[in-house]
Amino acid sequence: MTDQSVTFTLNGQQREAAADPRMHLGDFLRHSLGLTGTHIGCEHGVCGACTVIVDGSPVRSCLMLAVQIDGGTVETVESLGKPGDLSPLQKAFSANHGLQCGFCTPGMLMTLEAFLRTTPAPTEEDVRVAISGNICRCTGYQGIVQAALDTASAKANRT
Amino acid sequence: MKAPPFQYHRPQTREELSALLSSLENAKILAGGQSLMPMMNLRVLAPEHLIDINRISDLAGIRETADGIEIGAMTRQADVLSSDIVKARIPLLIRALEHVGHIQTRARGTIGGSCCHLDPSAEQPAMCAALDAELIVTGPEGRRIVPISEWFEGLLQSALGEQEFLEAIRIKPWAKGHGYGFAEYARRHGDFAVAGGAAMIKAGNDGRITRAALLSFGVEASPRRLSDAEVALIGQPIDKLDIEPVVTEARALDAMEDVHVTAGYRRHLAGVLIRRALHEACTTLERQP
Ligand SMILES: Cc1cc2nc3c(=O)[nH]c(=O)nc-3n(C[C@@H](O)[C@H](O)[C@H](O)COP(=O)(O)OP(=O)(O)OC[C@H]3O[C@@H](n4cnc5c(N)ncnc54)[C@H](O)[C@@H]3O)c2cc1C
Ligand code: FES
Ligand code: FES
Repeated sequence: MTDQSVTFTLNGQQREAAADPRMHLGDFLRHSLGLTGTHIGCEHGVCGACTVIVDGSPVRSCLMLAVQIDGGTVETVESLGKPGDLSPLQKAFSANHGLQCGFCTPGMLMTLEAFLRTTPAPTEEDVRVAISGNICRCTGYQGIVQAALDTASAKANRT
Repeated sequence: MKAPPFQYHRPQTREELSALLSSLENAKILAGGQSLMPMMNLRVLAPEHLIDINRISDLAGIRETADGIEIGAMTRQADVLSSDIVKARIPLLIRALEHVGHIQTRARGTIGGSCCHLDPSAEQPAMCAALDAELIVTGPEGRRIVPISEWFEGLLQSALGEQEFLEAIRIKPWAKGHGYGFAEYARRHGDFAVAGGAAMIKAGNDGRITRAALLSFGVEASPRRLSDAEVALIGQPIDKLDIEPVVTEARALDAMEDVHVTAGYRRHLAGVLIRRALHEACTTLERQP
């Protein structure tokens, strides 16, 4: 099928690229735009590794077509921190051993990033429900949950 | 895996959508994509045409009309969950939606998509059945209203015709102060339920039940109202309920067997879950002084 042009805002910058309609957003970000921070696990919506933020909400990028984001806004893990200058949530992941192999991490980070914007003072239960759609095979989730709670309370103390 | 190739269409209006549906062969509507995209990625489905209805803006939204609350088919599950109208008037739907998938799937998934897909465990069509909803459907001959009792035609099969689309779901809310309860069993939070139950009751000043709706879902291929038990509850005092007929009817359902559980265990769950749902309905019921 013929490619279609897609114009959208990616991590704050206007981008234009072409996509085959059958290409999902996750592959588009990784293969067409070279942003390999987003991970692809199951490609049928169950693992959450591919989570990115679209128009403010966390979504599964394997279940959205690239052509659907025309005119929209996408935030990926690359929009958080940089090596040596991590975001508060990334620092908290590091401090709490919230990752081991790192495969689930971009999805966890983007889910929690979106979640903490709308729920600045979550309970532990809230955090666990928020990441119920993200599977981690390494950490046992404890460190991830703690990282989210630490980030929320550090922000509350600052403001 | 990746979805097989298809031709992509993005109508901006209902009229464009209707025209596409009547002219294209082997076409599928794409709403939230949270059931359709997995099926395409797994190559269970390979439509030649995909008609994306996400840009038809007047298919989404929640409004109160003289005939009830109308929820547009394209309304995202997250937006139904945070709707003040739904919270105040249809609290049962909120209770159920908390169990539908995860924040990421609710951000895209729509109530209309769930009511067209008809997974036997799907909470939204099940609550529509408990609430006697009406489905507003548009096709080449115009609009028709389908009562939910005529919507389910079997596993993953609705009464929607090939050239029709679901426009909205209309629900007549119960009076303020009614009791509502919901219970389901799933392996993990957000997974599809193995089985579930829902109950709604209303009582008079004397504390006796005047109206009841009882429903089991995920047990048979489609959600099932427990209509004998509903009748048996009428006139009963809510502080001394005889729940025997309720549990008995739920446990007599023609339960499915699958890789997760046996039919016998599902029947057992149906009984336990309808009891819990009814108990919750008794506690949320506002007693008249
Ligand atoms: C990890 C995960 C967990 C989930 N857990 C649950 C759960 O616990 N409970 C649950 O109920 N669901 C669950 N789901 C499915 C739910 O998220 C879907 O949103 C829902 O089943 C389909 O809605 P959709 O808007 O995504 O529709 P789509 O996937 O876009 O479409 C589904 C079907 O309906 C048709 N369709 C859609 N809209 C219309 C319309 N307006 N008119 C005519 N036909 C239409 C499509 O052609 C397609 O056949 C889960 C999904 C995932 C990925
Ligand atoms: S790759 Fe998208 S949910 Fe697993
Ligand atoms: S860190 Fe390995 S899967 Fe989560």
